[in-house]
Amino acid sequence: MKIYDLGKVTVGLVIFFLVFTFPLYYNMGKATPPPEPNIQTEAIAAMSEPVCVENTEYMRANHMKLLNEWRTSVVRNSNRAYPAFTGVRYEMSLSNTCMECHSNKEKFCDSCHNYAGVSPYCWECHLQPKEMK
Amino acid sequence: MNFLTSVIVSLIAVGAVLVVGTIGGAVPALHPLFGVVIPLLALAVFILGFIWKVLSWAKSPVPFSIATTCGQQKSLPWIKPDKLENPSSKWHVVGRMALEILTFRSLFRNTKMQLDSQGPRIAYGWELWLWVAALAFHYAFLTVVIRHLRFFLEPIPAPIQLLDALDGFLQIGLPGIIISGFVLFGAAGYLLFRRLAVSNVRYISLPADYFPLFLILSIAGTGLIMRYVVHVDIVAIRELTLGLASLHPSVPEGIGIFFFIHLFLVSVLLAYFPFSKLMHLGGIFMSPTRNLRGNSREFHHVNPWNPEVHLHTYEEYEDEFRDRMIEAGLPVDKMPADAADSAEKE
Repeated sequence: MKIYDLGKVTVGLVIFFLVFTFPLYYNMGKATPPPEPNIQTEAIAAMSEPVCVENTEYMRANHMKLLNEWRTSVVRNSNRAYPAFTGVRYEMSLSNTCMECHSNKEKFCDSCHNYAGVSPYCWECHLQPKEMK
Repeated sequence: MNFLTSVIVSLIAVGAVLVVGTIGGAVPALHPLFGVVIPLLALAVFILGFIWKVLSWAKSPVPFSIATTCGQQKSLPWIKPDKLENPSSKWHVVGRMALEILTFRSLFRNTKMQLDSQGPRIAYGWELWLWVAALAFHYAFLTVVIRHLRFFLEPIPAPIQLLDALDGFLQIGLPGIIISGFVLFGAAGYLLFRRLAVSNVRYISLPADYFPLFLILSIAGTGLIMRYVVHVDIVAIRELTLGLASLHPSVPEGIGIFFFIHLFLVSVLLAYFPFSKLMHLGGIFMSPTRNLRGNSREFHHVNPWNPEVHLHTYEEYEDEFRDRMIEAGLPVDKMPADAADSAEKE
């Protein structure tokens, strides 16, 4: 059967195809290795068993939620004590507690945040830690 | 089909999709199938089905100018034509199409008919909410789709990061609230509500109308759940999605179940798309009532496949019967001598 206005239809379909397959040719088939957040810091190395305030799986998905809860607790209720799953009580503080162990922001925080295209606004208020050189 | 049946059938269909997606997410052995094979197949069905559908439409001939109008067509020079409502040139058609596609002008003209409060008189009112909700829904959906490109592109282009920042400019909570997701869910919810609440819209609604709405609501819902309630490991998800987009599939462990439900719902939407009313994405460009020029006064449109009709004109009739007409005393245009003259001249 005859296809009417084949020229215009073809142009439209080519645009459609290029738009919806954009990621395929944008990445040009090159694999990008996933980030490996670095936990090789002096503070962690000094621990007999590396342990965070919650388990790794929880922290991977929920650390931002935890930080937000900490912020609310500290700012609104002046409660700085966080009972961790191990029973140890930690001070709710990004700069003092989190960054004490994870002092390598560039290799730890930024590695995933850059990969996922997330730009948290922690450091608009908090002082950005000086990297351990 | 009864409206309750339509709603229940659609709910069961979407429920089945949710159950299958949940099974796909719950059984780790099925992750490669639900994370890689089905999404890629769905994309292939979407693209090939879309092309097939558009080509099948392109096979329908449109011999006449059937542009729908609500404005004066170009005719005599002293009558002012309405160039946008009744476009007579190619560029005016482009303008009309662009405004239709980008701003849904024909929905803007939506009216409702009801009995006047003054008495038993019919009154027409301007009904703007369909247009507002449709605009909100489509632009929120577009924003959400573009934002999701951050999962599929490496490096992430700056415009997408900018859109992300604009969308999340409220900076409420962590992960921060992004407006488009809520607008998408709310507008789709309103469109469903309208379909159910307005009796004449409910009357013409079919499972084909409810199913995509429920599907899109489920997609938006699972997306909102993943972002704000049950968090998932974004880095692992990006490893999977980037693997899909670069054709180096990998299925990392530790991805939440909601991701697989979400992905399966999207796969079903993609595969369903070319065979459903959602094809208005392509169809809007091919609507002859929109994309033709209103030039039926300027040009005589002749159906190109009209059969050759043999005409017997009066001249031919008289040539055939002239002698007998004169015999019977009937008037003739040409006397036999003139007819012979003109025949010689020819």
